[in-house]
Amino acid sequence: MTARVRAARSSRRPAETPFRLPPQPGEVIDRSRLVPFDWDGRRYVGFAGDTITSALAAAGVRTFSRSFKYSRPRGILTASALDPGCTVQVGDEPNVRASARRLAAGMSVVPQNVWPTLRYDLRSVNKVVAPFLTAGFYYKTFMSPRPLWPAYERVLSRFASGGWTSPDAIPSYYDQRFTHPDVLVAGGGPAGMAAAVEAARAGARVLLVEEEHELGGSLRWGGAQELEALGRLRADVAQAGIEVLVDSVVAGRYDDNWISIAQRGLPDVTERLIKARAGILVVAPGLIERPYVFAGNDLPGVMLSTAVRRLIDLYAVAPGSRAVVLSANAEGDAAAADLDRVGVEVVRVLDARRGEDVRRALGRGTLSAVEVADGSRIDCDLLVTATGWTAPTSLLNMAGNQPVWDPLAARFRPGEGLPDTVLATGGIVGDGSVDELVAHGTATGALAAARAGFGSAAVVAPLSPHPHPALFRATTHGFVDFPEDVSSKDVMAAAAEGYDSSELVKRYTTATMGPTQGKLETVNTVAVLAEATGRSIEELGTTVWRPPYAPISLGALAGRVSPPARYSPMQPWHETHSAVPLVAGEWIRPDSYGDPAAEVRAVRSAVGIIDVTPLGKLALHGPDVPNLLAAAYVNKWAKLDVGSVRYGVMCAEDGVILDDGVTGRLGAARYLMSTTSSGAATVWQHLESLLQTEHPDWRVHITPMTTAYASINIAGPRSRELLTRLTDVDLSADAFPYMRVRTGRIADVADCVLWRIGFTGELSYEIHVPASYGLHVWEALLERGRDLGVRPFGVEAQRILRLEKGHLIVAQDTDGLTKAYDAGLGDLVKLDKDDFVGKPELLWQHEDGAQQSLVGLVPVDPSIVPAEGCQIVDGATGILGRITSSRRSPTLDRSICLAYVLKQYAEPDTVVTVRLPDGRRIPATVTPPTHFDPEGARLRG
Amino acid sequence: MFRIPCPYCGPRDATEFRHQGESRNRPDPRTVTRGQWRAYLYEKDNVAGWTRENWYHGVGCRRFISVERNTVTNETRPAAAAAGAVDPVLPGAEAGAPDADSTRR
Repeated sequence: MTARVRAARSSRRPAETPFRLPPQPGEVIDRSRLVPFDWDGRRYVGFAGDTITSALAAAGVRTFSRSFKYSRPRGILTASALDPGCTVQVGDEPNVRASARRLAAGMSVVPQNVWPTLRYDLRSVNKVVAPFLTAGFYYKTFMSPRPLWPAYERVLSRFASGGWTSPDAIPSYYDQRFTHPDVLVAGGGPAGMAAAVEAARAGARVLLVEEEHELGGSLRWGGAQELEALGRLRADVAQAGIEVLVDSVVAGRYDDNWISIAQRGLPDVTERLIKARAGILVVAPGLIERPYVFAGNDLPGVMLSTAVRRLIDLYAVAPGSRAVVLSANAEGDAAAADLDRVGVEVVRVLDARRGEDVRRALGRGTLSAVEVADGSRIDCDLLVTATGWTAPTSLLNMAGNQPVWDPLAARFRPGEGLPDTVLATGGIVGDGSVDELVAHGTATGALAAARAGFGSAAVVAPLSPHPHPALFRATTHGFVDFPEDVSSKDVMAAAAEGYDSSELVKRYTTATMGPTQGKLETVNTVAVLAEATGRSIEELGTTVWRPPYAPISLGALAGRVSPPARYSPMQPWHETHSAVPLVAGEWIRPDSYGDPAAEVRAVRSAVGIIDVTPLGKLALHGPDVPNLLAAAYVNKWAKLDVGSVRYGVMCAEDGVILDDGVTGRLGAARYLMSTTSSGAATVWQHLESLLQTEHPDWRVHITPMTTAYASINIAGPRSRELLTRLTDVDLSADAFPYMRVRTGRIADVADCVLWRIGFTGELSYEIHVPASYGLHVWEALLERGRDLGVRPFGVEAQRILRLEKGHLIVAQDTDGLTKAYDAGLGDLVKLDKDDFVGKPELLWQHEDGAQQSLVGLVPVDPSIVPAEGCQIVDGATGILGRITSSRRSPTLDRSICLAYVLKQYAEPDTVVTVRLPDGRRIPATVTPPTHFDPEGARLRG
Repeated sequence: MFRIPCPYCGPRDATEFRHQGESRNRPDPRTVTRGQWRAYLYEKDNVAGWTRENWYHGVGCRRFISVERNTVTNETRPAAAAAGAVDPVLPGAEAGAPDADSTRR
């Protein structure tokens, strides 16, 4: 249906609400506030407090979706967040659980997973092909032939349940919060509220989390006595100073009570992920009513007793007009009484405790009759089942607890062995009157508080489950998993095929793998499997529950995006001079100022300056610095004079290159080490590790200086001329030769460090100035060098310049396997040193000889720049090496590369074949790594 | 996310730390064989149960510490408490390093 048709229908008069009942004592709707909304193109009006399904049920809507495989109509089953057939699209938001989402004015709700419409679903043809969609149909039908997978995927995606998101959707706002409650109570029923109140009274900080829109659990649809208890408990919660989150769900429990909570219903925030570190977790989720398996158990009109009570007592909606009730417990009886009270005709109550049963539900589209086990047929539009309970043990499972089957109560319950920091109370533990549940909750709350350090320890009297008949399946086959369309027949077929354990059946049939993740389905699946295999439920056990307990939106998991970003003090200048930003780890720095080639030419012909503030800088102080340097670097440091700098390479214990950089000696026991920009943190940690763990006797103090200095490299034949204008340091070649360090004033800024080194291959000075003067010095260099043709250059130009010079970049031209001898750094490795990090491996590599060499490479066709990562190949399959860096060199007017090749191909002038990403193979000639000024005359001038 | 008992900062989230591997002693590089060295580098005991390992408190005191952790349950406890080590701070201390024997030779 097009949006226009929908809009046209919406303008009509709102639908009547013939199923709305007169006011009920516990109703949560506000009849004074009308909420208009659209459903499937039609206008409806509900009350504030209504859920989407309660408002639609009041208008007589019974079908909310089509099922996933067989396209069967589905309606309300649980009237809760678990309702498997009530997932809808609301505006741009897909997969909204309509039985839990409250109405908002103007909501546009449409069914999803219907194609083309809810009423005429083309895929109903699947009913005809149902025999082919049996257990494991994915594996059987869509496995082969492999080349057809893309076609299968297109078909399957058409069938996959789920809504859609529009690319034009306004991005929603998601948030995160951290909190540290002493006691966190998951579940706000009678026991949970009582536990929270008692813990808070003992002085603990308590967070009470309830999945539904209000506290109270099953008390909300009880009689006068329950409603009175509810009022009392709510008043206690309000007075106890408890933080209460409703419409929020505890989604996971991780190690040491690290707990995730998905919170909804905040203004302007779609969903918030709360990460709580709780002292004690009290698990109080109550019980979930279990569906019954029989033919037609998914027809709209077949409902659980709790759904009936929710609809009548919370929303004042009659779930039907003529009802049959199958009851095995007091809650089922109460549902029958509720129906009778509000005027729904209860045609028959089948008492399962006396062996009465249903055989099948009948109807086309919706329920029209029930066939009873004795063969009689009763016309009705509502069949209510109350056949048992499931304890949602997920959170306990996540804490390491294995649920055990209680055959008397016919449900799983918590097993032995919980961490001291996790407690359980309420229906999940056992059954009782409201007073008994509250007493158990109160005692558990006191114990939780005591364990969190508040008040004295309490004794919790045990709470046991009441006996309940074991009812799972009638004599016919029906659905065990509604959203996944898995029937009891499928489970039996899987067992017959040998998939005879709970976990195997789950994966083979996909039962329990749908949106409700087994909360409605697991026990019936295991029970049918037990029936099929002749084993007991105890023996088979349940599947493992994993987080999240309830669906969380991806937006909430992603949270608010606020990554840390680091900028140099010169950033304001870069921003106003059209710098192209480059994200380099946490740093944002100029990649270029628009024309990297021109920047390269400026450095080669005149002078350029680059902001290299991200370079790692560590100040090393102490008499044992030479020892530290000798241990960390592969080369020697004992004879480094005051005023000298030296290039060094660090390897890890496996001989792989870790980082490189220069270190200068500023004074007798004062050194400044530079690292690569990305390696600063790693190197610092590495050095601390050496000092703290291997050599605690060495007296060295390390101070990180990376952001304390602003760093600028001044490079080019006129760099000396430029810097001389700004500093009192004698820059003459004799006074300040290559690989020397000086300190002094630059642009009237004291305490600057200057070292004469040259990554670019030009005469150059790297200056480190106190960070707050960085922008001043930068601007002074540009101002005073205008007549010299000074020009700023970015990372891209620097990469070209160093590639022309053949200087490697660690992690660009080395990887996680590159040892020193591979990268041509063997001359630096001093194996006659007693010891250094990585020495044994490098010694062995030296003995064995490196298998590959870092070489220069020039394509024979100078106009081709092979992409970095291209393989160097031999024939069809052999790989001889790879290109690690490649650029067009403005200086040489051709493409140049650095590459690894096997040793036997490393001789200069060897011609090798490079395979380009498009499959072309081009010839290229091996050269020495240095493409430009191999003698280094410019550098040392 | 489990917590780690930092002897300087108290219990902190594991995300504040970097895992440095099982506590083990570095073999003497002058006498080590290739097999022994690579066993030191790569062959972890990977015990299912209590193990002693080193962590770097990078987002805290920046100290390297030794901790005992149960790899099955992620329970943690100070290394010294269980092992009777002289200094809980220095990994590779003789006492309590589970693999001390295998690497000392």
